[in-house]
Amino acid sequence: MTGTIVAGIGATEFSKESGRSEMQLAAEASRAAILDAGLTPADIDGMVTFTVDGNDEQELMRNLGAGPVTWWSRAPGGGTGACAAMQQAVAAVSAGLADSVLVYRAFNERSGYRYGQPHASAGPPPLDWYRNFGVDTPAKMYALWFRRYMHAYGATNEDFGRYTVSARRYAATNPKAWFHDRPITLDDHQASRWIVEPVLRLYDCCQESDGGVALVVTGADRAGDVDAPVSILAVADARHADASITANYYYDDLATYPEAAQCAQLLFERSGLTVADIDVAQIYENFSPLVFLVLEAYGFCGPGEAVPFVADGNLDIDGALPTNTHGGLLGEAYIHGINSIQEGVRQVRGTAINQVADVEHCLVSSLNSGLVLGRR
Amino acid sequence: MDAPRRAKPDDAFFWDAAAESRLVIQRCSACGTLRHPPAPMCGACGSLRWDTAESSGRGRIVTWISSLHPNRPDDAPRIVILVELEEGTRLVSNLVDAPHDGPYDDLPVTVEFRDDHGARTPFFTVAQSEGGR
Repeated sequence: MTGTIVAGIGATEFSKESGRSEMQLAAEASRAAILDAGLTPADIDGMVTFTVDGNDEQELMRNLGAGPVTWWSRAPGGGTGACAAMQQAVAAVSAGLADSVLVYRAFNERSGYRYGQPHASAGPPPLDWYRNFGVDTPAKMYALWFRRYMHAYGATNEDFGRYTVSARRYAATNPKAWFHDRPITLDDHQASRWIVEPVLRLYDCCQESDGGVALVVTGADRAGDVDAPVSILAVADARHADASITANYYYDDLATYPEAAQCAQLLFERSGLTVADIDVAQIYENFSPLVFLVLEAYGFCGPGEAVPFVADGNLDIDGALPTNTHGGLLGEAYIHGINSIQEGVRQVRGTAINQVADVEHCLVSSLNSGLVLGRR
Repeated sequence: MDAPRRAKPDDAFFWDAAAESRLVIQRCSACGTLRHPPAPMCGACGSLRWDTAESSGRGRIVTWISSLHPNRPDDAPRIVILVELEEGTRLVSNLVDAPHDGPYDDLPVTVEFRDDHGARTPFFTVAQSEGGR
C-alpha cells in the first residue's frame, strides 16, 4: 500500500489532428485533472512527465497558474514511462516532498512528430546496430522480439488478431475512442496489410493519436476531500541490464518478458494481492503480441498459454480478466499508455463506459512499469 | 558523394575490423566476458580494459522479420535477422541470398561481408551444408 491516491483525471479528445499546440493539449488535460481532483492549480506542487514529452514544466506551470512547484521529475523511455511516471509521483508524495503531483503527457503524435515512422536523416544509414540493417521503426524493433514468441509456441498472426478483435469491440462502444462504432472481425484483421511480415498486420499496430491525459496524485489522507478517490495499492518499475526498450534481443529466452515478470512480482509483493485478485486489466499494447507476453509475465496464464487464454474470451467484459476496456491503444488512442491508467481509474470508480461489475482491483501495465489501483 | 559513414567511438573497432572483412567481438581483458553491442565498461566485472576475439562467423538465427519498408534511402526489401554466434553473443544483421521465403527460425548461418552504402558490412547467408529447409 502506497498511502497515495489518484485524486483526479483529465483528458482532451483523442484525434488525428488536434489543430492546436501540444502545450495547449497539456494545459487542457492538466486543468481538467486538477479540477476533477477538487483542487486548484495553486495546489499543485509537483509535476512529472515522460523524458520524451515536449512540454516544458515551467511553461505548463505558467499556463495553469500552478504552484509554487517543489518537485520535478521525468520517467525515462516512451510507453514504459506511463506507470513509471506515476511511481515518481507516488515517491514524491510518500517522501513528503510534494502534496499534490500532476502527471501529464500530451502530444500531437499523428499530426506532428510520428513515432511510428522511420526518421532516418537524409543520406545513408548510420553505422549502428539496428537502423543500419533496416530496423528503423518501432513496429520492426518489436516484431523482431515477438517473432521468437511465435516460433517458440507456434503462435500465429491470426492468434494475435483475436486480441485486436477484442480491443476493437470495446472501442466500438466507447464514444471517446477513435474507433468508436467500428468493430472488426478476425477476417478483417487477416485482410489488413502486412506491416512487418510475418508478425504484424496493420490492425496489430496501435494508433497514432493527438491528445493529452493528466492525473493528480495526492496522499490518501486527503481522500475525504476528493469526490472519487482511487487508491494506488502498488506501483513498480523494473529494468534489466541485458535489455532495451526498443531492442529486446539479448534476453536468454526471447519468448519471455523478464522485466514485466519482475514488475509483476514487485506489484504483488507490495500490494499483498495475487493474480486472482485482479478484476480488470489495462495492458499497454503498442502492438497486439505484447499483450500475450505480458499476460504470461504476470502469471495470468503459463508460458505459451496466452494464445488459448485470449481465444477463450478471457479478455471479454464477462471473462476472467476483462482487458483494455477502453479499447486499448489500438482502439481508443495512443497517448503513450497514460490513457490506460485513466481507464483503470474509471473502472475502480465505477464510471467506465464499458464498466466491469464490482471492480475491487485494476492492474495497469505499461511495458516495464505497472501499478495496481483499488477502492481502498 | 556522400560523407563517409562514421561509427560512434565505442563502436569504431567493430567497423574497422569489418572494413577488413573480419567479424570481431569485444572481450573483457580482465574476466574474458564477451559483449555486443560494444560498451566501454564490462557489465560483469567493471573493467575498462578490453580487446577483441575473432568470431568464427558461424551462428544461428534466433529470430527474424521481413522488412517491407526498409531504411531510407534503401528501397530494397530485406530479411532482418538476429544471429547468435557460436561464441555466444548476438547481433542484428540481414540474411542475404535467402534460399527460400522462410521461415528462417534456428537456421545455421555464416557471415558474408558485403559493401553497403560505402561501408564493408557483415551480412549472413544460410550455411552451405544446410542450404535447404
